[in-house]
Amino acid sequence: MVRSKVVPDNDKKELSEILKISGETINDCMQCGKCTAGCPATGGMDILPHQIIRDLQLGQVKKVIESKTIWSCASCFACASRCPRNVDLARLIEAARLLIVRKKGSDRLKPETVSELMEDKKMPQQAVVSAFRKYNK
Amino acid sequence: MKTKAQELEKFALDSANELGVIMEEQKDWQCCGAVYPMGKDEVATKLSSVRSLAAARDKGEKLVTLCSACHHVIKRVNDDMKNDSAIREKVNNYLELEKIYSGEGEVIHFLEMLRDDIGFDKLAEKVTNPLKGRKIGAYYGCLLLRPNREMNFDDPENPVIIENFIAALGAEPVKYPYRTECCGGYLITDNKAVTDEMTENIVKSAAMNKVEEIVTACPLCKYNLEESGEAGNKNIGVSYFTELLAEALGVK
Repeated sequence: MVRSKVVPDNDKKELSEILKISGETINDCMQCGKCTAGCPATGGMDILPHQIIRDLQLGQVKKVIESKTIWSCASCFACASRCPRNVDLARLIEAARLLIVRKKGSDRLKPETVSELMEDKKMPQQAVVSAFRKYNK
Repeated sequence: MKTKAQELEKFALDSANELGVIMEEQKDWQCCGAVYPMGKDEVATKLSSVRSLAAARDKGEKLVTLCSACHHVIKRVNDDMKNDSAIREKVNNYLELEKIYSGEGEVIHFLEMLRDDIGFDKLAEKVTNPLKGRKIGAYYGCLLLRPNREMNFDDPENPVIIENFIAALGAEPVKYPYRTECCGGYLITDNKAVTDEMTENIVKSAAMNKVEEIVTACPLCKYNLEESGEAGNKNIGVSYFTELLAEALGVK
């Protein structure tokens, strides 16, 4: 018996978009879990880093896009640096975030919030600039 | 660096002066954007880095960076310009520089300049005020080290550059396990519960290893570590590595 995975039609477009933006080859991942073992931000994640790749391999794009995980990643590149198969999970997660924030009206950080953030006299501009790059397009 | 991270810049310039290095602020520089744009299809967000790199190339000079984030972004964009023909072509088409830029410029971090161009042994000779007896922990964070294939800064899992720098200044470098762990970076604006956990781990790890003060090269790392309640509890101060340098050279 041949078992085949079924990617829902609706998600195919989004999956290929994620792969295009990230430039990554998800099938290289062999689920060793090294990314999850070294991730410092799993405290805020509902799907673990290696599971994100597994979900993408299985075409479960919606699960990834709706996860808390993609908003808990700090882009610290520990996963990408340590992956024995050279899969850059940070890029995949960035692509998932971009898929959302590039849609009209889906910015996670609105310009109005910037002045609120800057009320903190110690917070460096770097924090706001990087957040704006990540959460707004 | 002109407002909230003035110490990082001021002490670096004063120290460079003392070491006989002439550093010149780039004219009309633009912000690098603070995070490397990972999307393969993003070009606009890489332009400011290329402008800086091309300007330094045209002058025949190395581009020296002080902040970890600036260094990370500019170095990786330079790598793209060298190795990614699609990005290289689009950027050059857009910028229409007099001479095409293909990643031939060189960007180094101030710490690399101290290590490779001056040498920590030479630096040690110039120290007038050795920081004897101080137990200092280096906090590397992410951006200088990872991904190692592109940053090529030091061993990404067991770096020594800042420890060697601290030793050259006459202080006692203390290694602790979490010195290369992420502080949470920009998550502080959106997901503070996560950064709190991350910074707590770092500061606790430093305290357990008897670190008395932490040095870093990144304004956001410094802020996040200071924001962590742990730093206050354990009475561990966080400062820029340049401040330490200026102190040891007697120019603080």
